Amino acid sequence: MNTRAASAKGVTLSRASIIQASFNMSKLLLKPAVFILCLVPFFMAVAGVMTNKFVDPVEALLLISGEWGLRMLLITLCVTPIQFIFKWATVAKLRRMLGLFAFFYTTVHLAVWVVLDQGLDLGDALSAIVENMFITVGIIAWIGLLFLALTSNRFAVRKLGSRWKSLHNWIYLLVLLALVHFIWQVRASELLEPSIYLGAFALLLIWRFFRMIKR
Amino acid sequence: MAKKIRSSEITPESVFRQRRVILQAAGLGLGAAGTGIMMPEQLHAAAPEFKDLAQWPGSTDETRTTFEQATTYNNFYELGTDKGDPKKNADKLATTPWTVEVGGECEKGGNYALEDILKPHTFEERIYRLRCVEAWSMVIPWVGFPLADLLKRFEPNSKAKYVQFETIYDPDKLPGQKYPILQWPYAEGLRIDEAMHPLTLMAVGLYGKELPAQNGAPLRLVVPWKYGFKSIKSIVAINFVEEEPATSWNKSAPREYGFYSNVNPQVSHPRWSQAKERRLDSDSSGFSALFSEKRETEMFNGYADEVASLYEGMDLKKSF
Ligand code: HEM
Repeated sequence: MNTRAASAKGVTLSRASIIQASFNMSKLLLKPAVFILCLVPFFMAVAGVMTNKFVDPVEALLLISGEWGLRMLLITLCVTPIQFIFKWATVAKLRRMLGLFAFFYTTVHLAVWVVLDQGLDLGDALSAIVENMFITVGIIAWIGLLFLALTSNRFAVRKLGSRWKSLHNWIYLLVLLALVHFIWQVRASELLEPSIYLGAFALLLIWRFFRMIKR
Repeated sequence: MAKKIRSSEITPESVFRQRRVILQAAGLGLGAAGTGIMMPEQLHAAAPEFKDLAQWPGSTDETRTTFEQATTYNNFYELGTDKGDPKKNADKLATTPWTVEVGGECEKGGNYALEDILKPHTFEERIYRLRCVEAWSMVIPWVGFPLADLLKRFEPNSKAKYVQFETIYDPDKLPGQKYPILQWPYAEGLRIDEAMHPLTLMAVGLYGKELPAQNGAPLRLVVPWKYGFKSIKSIVAINFVEEEPATSWNKSAPREYGFYSNVNPQVSHPRWSQAKERRLDSDSSGFSALFSEKRETEMFNGYADEVASLYEGMDLKKSF
């Protein structure tokens, strides 16, 4: 009887520890897995260019990087709601990485535009930035993201203290600017994609708002 | 004018053969094998070919866009808004039978079957530059005949100051027309002197083949000195009118797309400069295309010698 109980206990213990170990494992693997996942669109685009998939590869890279920049921004904003709604604390560990991926894709977007589309003609690029409001808005959004990316490291978090949070709350305004930039360049009344992004952004804001007034 | 019609009633051999091709196309899937003319490999070919085409002497000798590029990168919103959509949805555009409704200020209006529209005309190959308002361009060998030759057959009267064209409207089949992306049917227009200009082409093919759906089968306009959207695709209606007709893009964004929409590097589109363009041709494909330099856009897309006189005395910044 005694031995039986002991061995049963032993079994449960080891089962729990196995579950615990695999749980730790998935925690450990989450970040690298998401990292690789976030790079998939980038490498797909590069592969597309190499295999001659795009008739106008410059335009293709510009559009793909812009779209993924915007998607990554919205995905980054989803982290906190997911954390609270699903009570999944670990997801918070992804926030910085996802934000940096948003910065990565929008930087590729900007670089493709300046280097490949404008052919590094800085005069042309500057006059386009000044003359075309949708590009003006885009560059403002990117400069904002640059600041957030530069202050996303631990050192900056420590150094800025409580100001860090208010600085990084600007992300909502920057995403709004990115949405304006996106919708501005849409041709005719092709509003399906913009409405999806706008809807997602509105939901995120509403969730934030209710959380704010609850506290 | 009348003479022209009579002389064309005597169908020359080459036209006869071209017509065969069109009729064969019309018969595809409807007992084409029964004609006994088509070779089995022709049945499998993407599009029937035109034989013994006369070459128009004014063709440009610039590096050509490839057939693949010209038929996989299209703006034809009826078949989807991504550049690759029109090819993917090509089978949604049924081109047989095809009727063109001709009306308005002319003597010979009515419904014309495609075969009757094409019958009297001799097709030729013309290589034109095509400049899109989105700042890319192609060099495409079209197959067609001067629009003027067709319009004259309908005997427009003195009130015919403009010509209006419409694309097929078929929202049940054409995926893009399920949404109000533009006001359907797509409509375009030309001033009568523009329409009658010898450069204005009614096209039925490209690269010696019949037009694929994504390029505007079976009948489309090619107006090489204007932005591409003026060259309306899959035409089902031609109307002679007295007033400047409404056009789809102009209705969608009047500040951005004018009625004339002549290629003009000095008049910027509010959202993108028109000073330069990226040429999409056989030199610019794959990895090297990433670093191909844009070229300067030419006034009237390089056809200024031929067409500038049409706009004498007009302020092209206002009438853009
Ligand atoms: C936060 C930063 C930015 C985001 C999230 C963003 C996102 C986007 C998106 C989603 C598109 C539309 C893609 C499509 O239609 O499929 C786009 C288009 C475009 N973006 Fe950005 N963008 C940003 C910044 C910039 C900057 C800094 C520039 C240049 C200085 C720029 C230049 C362009 C251009 C030229 C287009 C239009 C492409 C065309 O119409 O063919 N963007 N962007």
